[in-house]
Amino acid sequence: MLRVSVLKRRGEFTLAATFSAPTPGVIALFGRSGSGKTTLIEMLAGLLPPDEGEVQLDDTVLTDTRRGVAVPPERRRIGYLFQDARLFPHLTVTGNLRYGEKRAGAAVHYVRFEEVVELLGLAALLARRPHELSGGERQRVALGRALLCQPQLLLLDEPLASLDVARREEVLPYLETLRDWLSIPMVYVSHQFEEVLQLATYLVLLEAGQVRAAGPVDEMSLRAELRSNLAPDLVGSVLDGRVTAVDADGGTADLSIGSGKLQVSLRGAAVGARVRVQLLARDVILATQPIQGLSVRNALLGTVAEIAADEFASVLVKVDVGGPIVLARITAGARQALRLAPGDAVWALVKAVSTRGRAFRL
Amino acid sequence: MTALLGPAELDALRLSLEVAGRSVAFSLPPAVLTAWILTRARFPGRTLFDAFVHLPLVLPPVAVGYALLLLLGTRGALGGWLHRHFGIQLPFTTAGAALATAVMTFPLMVRAIRLSLENVDRGLEAAARTLGAAPLDRFLSITLPLMLPGILAGAVTAFAAGLGEFGAVITFAANIPGVTRTLPLALYTAMQSPDGDALALRLALLSFALGLTGLLGAELLARRVRRRLGR
Repeated sequence: MLRVSVLKRRGEFTLAATFSAPTPGVIALFGRSGSGKTTLIEMLAGLLPPDEGEVQLDDTVLTDTRRGVAVPPERRRIGYLFQDARLFPHLTVTGNLRYGEKRAGAAVHYVRFEEVVELLGLAALLARRPHELSGGERQRVALGRALLCQPQLLLLDEPLASLDVARREEVLPYLETLRDWLSIPMVYVSHQFEEVLQLATYLVLLEAGQVRAAGPVDEMSLRAELRSNLAPDLVGSVLDGRVTAVDADGGTADLSIGSGKLQVSLRGAAVGARVRVQLLARDVILATQPIQGLSVRNALLGTVAEIAADEFASVLVKVDVGGPIVLARITAGARQALRLAPGDAVWALVKAVSTRGRAFRL
Repeated sequence: MTALLGPAELDALRLSLEVAGRSVAFSLPPAVLTAWILTRARFPGRTLFDAFVHLPLVLPPVAVGYALLLLLGTRGALGGWLHRHFGIQLPFTTAGAALATAVMTFPLMVRAIRLSLENVDRGLEAAARTLGAAPLDRFLSITLPLMLPGILAGAVTAFAAGLGEFGAVITFAANIPGVTRTLPLALYTAMQSPDGDALALRLALLSFALGLTGLLGAELLARRVRRRLGR
């Protein structure tokens, strides 16, 4: 468990954040720029002392202003991946990678140099200097360097923010591999929901220096607080399921989600694999009667749990499909035509191709 | 070579190099420390300290030499103590000439080093911190190597300037052939003597050549270091 309760005043800005999140896992600190994300992880790293508060990781108290505990960053064993990589320009890639490893001292060396080089694909880069690397390569080296300090917590501060789309693809898969390969907790700072979806297990939503909501990503996807921080087209419920059958020719897989079943467009996942899908609210169709003769692959029977106001003339309908909740965005007119009310039985129609399934091994 | 340079010139050249070299060696560690204090430390009186460090740039060199004589002469406050307890005598010695040169070139060195320290990205030090480096370790493994271009530039500039230091040296260490008669002092002496014109010209040309070599060498060195750092 990572327990955080900190207060920091910086001029006009006040950060007052309290949350606890399960470990191991990937905790996303999500919020707009200026919401205090970087300030918060600097306090986790110990680079910035809070005015008041505590930080505790599992059984280790890292900061406690009331008891005068302030473990300095160099003794926290917290790996920090900075937005701008911050590789040491006077050292080679190997020198950078070994920097933290040499200083890990008596700590258990559970991450080996060769493993990191292999895992992050750094073998060809070892003799180079930082200025001879691309942005994506730099981030990978910085990630390896942070891992080799044998951290008990890894902080990632928008590691993809300074990269263009193509370079992101050079890094993101490695972050996924890392999450699945290591059991160390990670805190991932981002303002890109896409990255959160791809990596995180737990989401802490920051707004103007305060924690607005926190919880597992699937639960958080249903919360109004999160919706107000997302572009409308990104609103949709996140479902974590397991592959029960694979249709290689059709390019689809069946997932069990709660007590229901969902067919999604997914390649390369084996039976039994964990998969996360997001059903975008704008892609979900509601029907009050069973429908035939449609190409739609999924018709999930459920009951209307809640109807919330959405933007403009639309409403957001929460449908309980036997445990999991699906969000559907429909126009206010459609709602009136169907006379939808909480408790009604409805079918949520979901096209297999409109879901974006991602293998997730946590 | 020997046709161009007689024993007097060679003596003066050797002495100049020795005095400048020793003065750089003397002043480099305190210059790094002073630059660090002026850049990073916040304490009352910092501005005054800054001004004090820069004093030799604006004082007449003779005044600096005289102040050194008052302080470090065998009857001076510090000099007398050194002389009584350790038998160290600085005035009228090569070491004394080096010390006077070091004091005069100190601000040049501090300025160059300070500039490079200000350019060191504090973010890199923070990164080193999260990787387990304690303060001294951080300074030696990150800050100092990144300051290297400035340290080299400072050392070379101070060395080149030290070759030509006149006023403070002649005041504090006098003009003793083979001991404190460096190039500029030899040049001055030659100009004072009725038949020294040819010697004076040769010494002046030698000074030119030396200065030019030093500055070119410094530039080449700085380029190499910058390339290594990828700038």
